[in-house]
Amino acid sequence: MAVVTLEKVVKRYGPLDVVHGIDLDIAHGEFVVLVGPSGCGKSTTLRMIAGLEDISDGTIRIGDRVVNDLPPRDRNVSMVFQNYALYPHMNVAENLGFSLKIANRPKDEITQRVAEAAGILGLDDLMDRLPGQLSGGQRQRVAMGRAIVRHPDVFLFDEPLSNLDAKLRTQMRTEIKKLHQKVKTTVIYVTHDQIEAMTLADRMVIMRGGQIEQVGSPMDIFHNPANLFVAQFIGSPPMNLADGVVTDAKTVRLENGMELPLTADMAGRVAAGTAVVMGIRAEEMVFEGHGDAGAQSTRVDITASLSEPLGNESLVFFEFCGREWVCRMFDPRPVEPGESLGVHLNMDRVHLFDKTTEIRL
Amino acid sequence: MMVSHASRKILLKWGRWVGTFVAMSLICIPGLWIVLSSFRPNVEILSKPAVWIPENINLDHYRAIFSSDPGQGAVPVWNYFQNSMIIASTSTLIAIIIGMAGGYAFARYRFRGKNTLFLGFMLSRTVPGIALSLPLFIVYAKLGIIDTEFGMILIYVALNLPFTIWLIDGFFRQVPEELGQAAQIDGCTPWQAFWHVEFPLAKSGVASAAIFAFLTSWNEFALASQLTRSTGSKTLPVGLLDFTSEFTINWGGMCALAVIMIVPALLLTFVVQKHLVAGLTFGGVKG
Repeated sequence: MAVVTLEKVVKRYGPLDVVHGIDLDIAHGEFVVLVGPSGCGKSTTLRMIAGLEDISDGTIRIGDRVVNDLPPRDRNVSMVFQNYALYPHMNVAENLGFSLKIANRPKDEITQRVAEAAGILGLDDLMDRLPGQLSGGQRQRVAMGRAIVRHPDVFLFDEPLSNLDAKLRTQMRTEIKKLHQKVKTTVIYVTHDQIEAMTLADRMVIMRGGQIEQVGSPMDIFHNPANLFVAQFIGSPPMNLADGVVTDAKTVRLENGMELPLTADMAGRVAAGTAVVMGIRAEEMVFEGHGDAGAQSTRVDITASLSEPLGNESLVFFEFCGREWVCRMFDPRPVEPGESLGVHLNMDRVHLFDKTTEIRL
Repeated sequence: MMVSHASRKILLKWGRWVGTFVAMSLICIPGLWIVLSSFRPNVEILSKPAVWIPENINLDHYRAIFSSDPGQGAVPVWNYFQNSMIIASTSTLIAIIIGMAGGYAFARYRFRGKNTLFLGFMLSRTVPGIALSLPLFIVYAKLGIIDTEFGMILIYVALNLPFTIWLIDGFFRQVPEELGQAAQIDGCTPWQAFWHVEFPLAKSGVASAAIFAFLTSWNEFALASQLTRSTGSKTLPVGLLDFTSEFTINWGGMCALAVIMIVPALLLTFVVQKHLVAGLTFGGVKG
């Protein structure tokens, strides 16, 4: 069993706290993605789990062992680095078998386990090549192969796809997901790409400034962001926002004077007079004549400033309450800049955030 | 007149050849002259105008220096050679071992006073060796290690270390840190990670540092001429002085000994140069 537990883990560089006492429980076989903007401490956290960084305070457990003071070699973890870190002077087979050779495993076993990993990742024809003779995707696969050969308790991935081009990235993303379904080992995966995080994760951990902002399943985080930061960070295009105040009349009065009716549920939760930021996703707004926004919808008139056709849908940009908003047009038609359109906001899916604390109400 | 693209290309090509030839001549002719002079009689060496194409080639000078009669121009070549070999290889070995540790530490670890220390090493290179000779002579005399192989080894290690550390540091810097970390996660101790992964990739740097250190000690004259005087510790460059006497210089013998000195250095360079092919680290990381 490889449960990974972090208790009040702190990383300090001199007087500077990079990770501020985070708590996290990762179940056996779970695929957890740490995601956040650069400098949020996600890579540092991963490196502390790997043993490449010392832990300034707190406890890290892998299985039932406290690993705080164990060197990386005794933690039985595998890591895939952002730049792959393949050994340039060894061919693919030697790279794959290196950890077993260091562990003094018998030759037969090395051959058999290397062949097994190569089979899983389709590396059989590349065994004699040096890393320098491989393409980016192949190197990536060798790096993963090197990780699975060891049968580790935990896989650690440190932004493994960020050096690949867009097409290959999508392809490798799928391969990583398939790999996890095959080997069913605990995975901790670090990325700054929220789409990668959404598609891969059983559970996402959103980090900012060395703290955990929210932990949850991708869909849960998408639909119920804990705060304004998470709401903006997750989802593409990002959530549309507008400043406003909740009124006695169970509406939210926006900065441009427009009043939108709140659902009874929402109005019950938020006291009148609260300064809020209203958020709604591009998917929860429907252009007139392009679908149904539900019973709770309310109509707003806008002037399109730009449209980006994507084929099955268009993204229509417009200015609203002094901010740029974007809305998806399903079943799209050509939209000219300056064109007036009616758009229905699904008020059932509107989020209100406290303006000062930024927490979702 | 317009010069066509093709003819300009040809001109450039010839220009490069001529340039290379002139540069190589400047470098090689003195060496060739030494080799040539070691094989021909004094009459030819000293004749004016110079005899460019040797008319009479023989091994007389070599026979003379290896003979047992000092009157014939014999010198204890074998002793000098042994001294040189022992001093140069031991000092190189020590400089490389310490240099590898130092270079690795500079490349990988952060510690207090690192930059100052590094600058200090580099500044020590700016002191001309000859300026050290008098203070060294006094210190060595007091310590009683003057005219010993140990004394020479010590001074050459000190002389070579800054450069060795600097060169090896540069090569370890080129080896991405992640490789060592990946090796540690793969089950290596820090020492195994160094030995199996980082050292093989910086090998060419260590080899070049070794060549430089060896050649410096092998060829060094200024300090050795001050600090050695007996056949028990004199090195080959100092041995060359044996051919000068009050009124004459035995140019032929000197050239023959110089050739004997050059050969091992050349051989070593040939043997090690295949390890100098850098760029092995390319391809291990990044896409």
